[in-house]
Amino acid sequence: MRRLLDLLFPERRNSAVIAKDRLKIVLAHERASRDAPDFLPALQKELLEVVARYVEIRSDMIRVNVGQSGDTSLLEINVEIDGAKAKPVKNRAAPVTRPPQPTPRFEPEAAAPWVKQSG
Amino acid sequence: MARVIVLTSGKGGVGKTTSAAAIAAGLALRGKRTVVIDFDVGLRNLDLVMGCERRVVFDFINVINGDAKLNQALIKDKRNDNLYIFPTSQTRDKEALKRDGVERVLEELKENFDYIVCDSPAGIEHGAITALYFADSAIVVTNPEVSSVRDSDRILGILASKSRRAEHNLEPVDVHLLLTRYSLERVKKGEMLSVEDVKEILSIPLLGVIPESESVLRASNTGTPVAFDGESPAGRAYLDAVARFVGEQREMRFVQPERRSIFRTLFGRA
Repeated sequence: MRRLLDLLFPERRNSAVIAKDRLKIVLAHERASRDAPDFLPALQKELLEVVARYVEIRSDMIRVNVGQSGDTSLLEINVEIDGAKAKPVKNRAAPVTRPPQPTPRFEPEAAAPWVKQSG
Repeated sequence: MARVIVLTSGKGGVGKTTSAAAIAAGLALRGKRTVVIDFDVGLRNLDLVMGCERRVVFDFINVINGDAKLNQALIKDKRNDNLYIFPTSQTRDKEALKRDGVERVLEELKENFDYIVCDSPAGIEHGAITALYFADSAIVVTNPEVSSVRDSDRILGILASKSRRAEHNLEPVDVHLLLTRYSLERVKKGEMLSVEDVKEILSIPLLGVIPESESVLRASNTGTPVAFDGESPAGRAYLDAVARFVGEQREMRFVQPERRSIFRTLFGRA
């Protein structure tokens, strides 16, 4: 409703309202990144290097975030693989010889091993 | 037990020094033994605002370096026996403010004072971090304006993570919002963030609202902390803020409820 009104009567929004909305958005962003641990950029870079050995990937296709779910900290790693274009085996750093491993499942309910338990 | 209070803001020019002088004066008027320390190394100004610029002999850095004793550097206010001013140095070496030296000086001050008011420099560099590091309470001075509110939020983050209390897992620094240069007229016209807006965004308790007032400039012109001018709107607002700080209930002045436009009343805040 408000958006519609803003669209119809843009001059209705006074500058204080604009200031408040802009602040809320920028601070939500800044607060989220402020609490992020310092190792995130390095982790992101190294993950990218490893994944890039196997598939073609650009730096913007990996996103690493630390979030909160109840009492549990979540390290969330999103890797977007564009059409899963695998690189030829000879380019890989190490040939895959191990038998297939069960896919590790991330269970948000349980505390992840890297989460320091408080209390 | 003496309490260390830092006046901080991140952004410059919002009224930290004016507020530090006024709050220290207000505490002294209530009979509390109070010292106000200038942490803005290289840009000394608290002495001017307090009207004791011609009495500075030794400074904070001299005491830290052991070149002067504390009682040689402290300047006793001529208007109130409970109030002392501790000026900073005009050196350009900002790193001169060593953390262990500051800690030693604060410990010594704690033996003689009820309140130690620290006037922080602007920014988030060494001086500002040192000023807030030892704080028990922080008064975050904020103007109702976007860059000031954003910087205050940043400083709140630093208080919560980089202060001594945070680093030692002690009870967190007790934070207060002091909204300065407030103009009710402009808020009513929708040209300025309201007290409620800023409180909502920063979500910390409000210590006081200081109206934009001619008396502030008049006070700094004459080197009188504005709280000594109990007749002026800003002086009264500071005295109220100090009363709240020591635990008294005082109604907020200069902040009537927001007037809602007919349009917003009709359609609510959907």
